[in-house]
Amino acid sequence: MSIEIAVRQRYGNFDLDAAFRVERNGITALFGPSGAGKTTVLYAIAGLLRPEGGRIAIDGRVVFDEAAGVFVPPRERRVGYVFQDARLFPHFTVERNLRFGWRRSANPMPETGIAGIVLLLGLAPLLQRKPANLSGGEKARVALGRALLASPEVLLLDEPLAALDAARKNEILPYLERLRDEARLPMIYVSHSLDEVSRLAQEIVILKQGGVAASGPIFDVLTDLRLPDFTGASPFGAIIETTVARHIASSGLTALSFAGGELLVPRMEHAIGTRLRTHIRAEDVMIALEEPRAISANNVLSATIDGLRESTPEHIDLRLLCGATPLIARITRASGKRLELRQGLQVFAIVKSVTVAPQIS
Amino acid sequence: MSLKVSAVAVFGALPFAIAAALALANRRFFGKNVIDAVLHIPLVLPPVVVGYILLLIFGTRAPLGAWLLNHFGIRFVFSWTGAALASGLLTFPFQVRAIRFAVESIDPRLHAAAETLGAGWFDRAANLVLPLALPGIVAGAITAFAVSLGEFGAIITFVSNIPGETRTLPLAIYAALQTPGAEAEAARLSALSIVLALLGLALAELANRRARAVTGP
Repeated sequence: MSIEIAVRQRYGNFDLDAAFRVERNGITALFGPSGAGKTTVLYAIAGLLRPEGGRIAIDGRVVFDEAAGVFVPPRERRVGYVFQDARLFPHFTVERNLRFGWRRSANPMPETGIAGIVLLLGLAPLLQRKPANLSGGEKARVALGRALLASPEVLLLDEPLAALDAARKNEILPYLERLRDEARLPMIYVSHSLDEVSRLAQEIVILKQGGVAASGPIFDVLTDLRLPDFTGASPFGAIIETTVARHIASSGLTALSFAGGELLVPRMEHAIGTRLRTHIRAEDVMIALEEPRAISANNVLSATIDGLRESTPEHIDLRLLCGATPLIARITRASGKRLELRQGLQVFAIVKSVTVAPQIS
Repeated sequence: MSLKVSAVAVFGALPFAIAAALALANRRFFGKNVIDAVLHIPLVLPPVVVGYILLLIFGTRAPLGAWLLNHFGIRFVFSWTGAALASGLLTFPFQVRAIRFAVESIDPRLHAAAETLGAGWFDRAANLVLPLALPGIVAGAITAFAVSLGEFGAIITFVSNIPGETRTLPLAIYAALQTPGAEAEAARLSALSIVLALLGLALAELANRRARAVTGP
């Protein structure tokens, strides 16, 4: 499955000219600040907008090609769309909302498929309710289910969590994670929240001022030292994939293994073997030239400096390679000068256990 | 007689009113303003003039009227169907306005959602627009019904005042007032007319409330 996207559209103050490919199932995040053209790109893929130029192909099936005059209407594209505001039909029950796209699908999924999605999204208790009687989080889940039941070839999610408060977000995120892992379907997830993206996405495309600023696997893009330029003031740091290796009862710690070492964190309840995405903020990583002995931090990781960047007048950002795993550290220019840091240097990256926040992935 | 004429007038005009409202709502096309204006003519024209125009078109000696009479045996003039035609035409704008307002108050973003789920234009009109606009359609029909009960000028001009055929309530009141000693009859009919009008308004308000309940949060 691959989706080729090239969209050109002129706006008042800037031109949208974005081209990228989605090559795999799972979640590709389309990330960027408000007004970067993210929703326009999704509308173009769904056919809700006809861009001024470009070409869009879903698994080789051209649905839009300005040069060739091709424009397939939305209802024939097999593109699911989950809107930020859910857009449930107010006069139908949840069940009729869910079956709306299913009944119109060219090859509707069997009843067992419907039951599976109802189970996956926890919709069974809601089926006979009307949209007016649902909470924001419930609406978001119904909207997800409705789009999935239409058997789309691509699922577009337009900031489905943006209208929800933190508690509701945390209620939906596990469903999205299960969907990502269980539905064999490419999903394009629009968001301006780097937290959401770093928790959910496998690939990321960063839009800035109407163009693609960066794209690739999320672990690589998030450890690109130029990231702060693309994202503005968003939080900066590495996401590493870890597995729960063992619980150390005596010290109250849990060891997470990753490609390049082990990370000790305060004891977690997850079973051994659970995969966790761990976010290590750039500000939380210290650098030492010699291995410190008497230190409170539990994690002293041997690493090589892979790149340096003077990101602000006061700071230097370092890209470290800890085995095969990249980490990001932000230190002051003064420290950088004092330690004479340079590319290729062997250093120790020090991470306090209490600053690490692993999440199920 | 009055109820039959009004019911036929309202329900006969309903499909056309829905079609006109759907065509005019949320869209722009060349000549839209002209069509809009033409639809509203019966509202601003004296009903007598409408009756006269109908007479010119459907009169037995007018081409269309003669053709209908010869080929189908349909005669509007001096018949209750003619009264219904006149009523329907005069109350048409009331229905179109109510339905169009209801259709335009439907969240247009729902259309985009329905489109991505595979629903075409007619599909959306039938499953999205009409159910959501239903309270507006009912309100429009009730208003039109109440207005058509009071129709006088066009009916008396077009189909005259024939007892048992074209004598609707207002015409009966008028006839009673013209007859010496029938003031009591006129008063009784007027009271009936007031009750019907109030009933119509109450029903229309009820339909409006229902509309808000359906399309509300």
